[in-house]
Amino acid sequence: MDPIMTVRNLNLWYGKVQALKDVSMDIQERSITALIGPSGCGKSTFLKTLNRMNDLIPDVRITGEVLYNGKNIFDSSVDVNELRKNVGMVFQKPNPFPMSIYDNIAYGPRTHGIRSKAKLDDIVERSLRDAAIWEEVKNRLKKNALGLSGGQQQRLCIARALAVEPQIVLMDEPTSALDPISTANIEKLAVKLKEKYTIVIVTHNMQQAFRISDNTAFFLLGDLIEYSETKKMFTSPTDKRTDDYITGIYG
Amino acid sequence: MKYKKKVLEDVIQGVFLILGMITVGFVLLITVYLILSGIPAIGEIGIGNFILGEKWASTASEPFYGILPFMLTSVYGTAGAIMLGVPIGFLTALYLAKFAPVKVKTSVEFVVALLAGVPSVVYGFVGMMVLVPAIRKLFNIPDGAVLFTAIIVLAVMILPTIIKVSITSLEAVPKEYEDASFALGATPVETYCRVSVPAARSGIAAAIVLGVGRAIGEAMAVMMVAGNVANMPHLFGSVRFLTTAIASEMSYSSGLQRQALFSIALVLFLFIMLINAALNFFLKRNKEA
Repeated sequence: MDPIMTVRNLNLWYGKVQALKDVSMDIQERSITALIGPSGCGKSTFLKTLNRMNDLIPDVRITGEVLYNGKNIFDSSVDVNELRKNVGMVFQKPNPFPMSIYDNIAYGPRTHGIRSKAKLDDIVERSLRDAAIWEEVKNRLKKNALGLSGGQQQRLCIARALAVEPQIVLMDEPTSALDPISTANIEKLAVKLKEKYTIVIVTHNMQQAFRISDNTAFFLLGDLIEYSETKKMFTSPTDKRTDDYITGIYG
Repeated sequence: MKYKKKVLEDVIQGVFLILGMITVGFVLLITVYLILSGIPAIGEIGIGNFILGEKWASTASEPFYGILPFMLTSVYGTAGAIMLGVPIGFLTALYLAKFAPVKVKTSVEFVVALLAGVPSVVYGFVGMMVLVPAIRKLFNIPDGAVLFTAIIVLAVMILPTIIKVSITSLEAVPKEYEDASFALGATPVETYCRVSVPAARSGIAAAIVLGVGRAIGEAMAVMMVAGNVANMPHLFGSVRFLTTAIASEMSYSSGLQRQALFSIALVLFLFIMLINAALNFFLKRNKEA
């Protein structure tokens, strides 16, 4: 299977501090790739590089390349808004806009020029169904999204990301602010979503990586230490540091 | 030791309480005084003649005490200042809060703070020396001291308030909202206009109300540039505001005329109470959102 994204020799500095060191990896299409590692290891930074959300932080310098659709995403000919449309993102803290559920979902499509009410209705329903929250909100689409519970808000945010029909969905610790039941719902959803989408998920929770991901990458202090099939990584890691981390010696 | 501490605590709290009561006391005093001294004249003139009377001739042998010209002038003048000042101030705030490089932002904010500190008599003076002749020439009217001039001066005077409060509310918009918008492929302009501005709207409404409060209460500057004749308002006519009606006659008034001035003050006071109530409403809604 061809990778949907190929990262080559990626280095990233915040000012003088190097946060990513020569990272290279392939991301497989329609699979879940988990990024694990202790706090400050660069996994979130790496994730935010894939849709260039790091552009918004001042003093960031990047070398190396990320190939997507055969093109380096840092190339000056790449439209960053188009890139972010194709590579969506779900954040750590649920962050629905302070507007109605309907408008939250319709925001992205409207941004990309869809005006027709019928089309928007369609997209809203499909996205909410895909994110497994349609049944819970179908009678209150005009209500403010901030009235939903944390777990519902996070699924709404996933639906919002899906509404612009991305190929890849980046998830930055999407369950760290949620209770166990909501977490289980999101995990179930992620597994279902990989039928249509490619998912890259950062997680602090190793059981979560083990439960849902196909491939796992272990980061430590900006280095990609090990990247392999999840089962293999958790049963017979090749690097001693990976072994130490997943058995809980540090992190 | 413990006992001593407790006494000290009580004393300090007592001092704070007294200081707070002094402020409240002044507000009460002003309110009661205005009502007591404003009501009699309204009774004598008749509320209809007072509020709806179109003619003010307080020193004529057969005096008229109609304040409709003043009320309408204050309302039109304030509305005009808002229509000019809010778009300029708000767009400036949006630029400074979201787009401007740090250097530009700090220097413009510094200038805005200076503008807020300029005494109103200076606004009036500059308006009188620069704006009044310019307007006379530009519109080819006999005198440039007209409502339109006052509106421009008021618009400039409320700019600092509008800009500062709008910037604060725009900066208070959680970054997560904006990140979510960027992550959906929206451009900065789309993000700030469709997410940040709506999220900050009650703060912006508060900015407008504060601007209204400042404009409607201003006396000195408008007295110097509006001509100060008690006409029904006309954009290019000499006019008198509620504030300037009181200020210009107070020094030589007596009898019913003086009492009527107090009644005008009462009306102005009610206007401002109303504006404050509106402000509280918006601020409260801001907190809840």
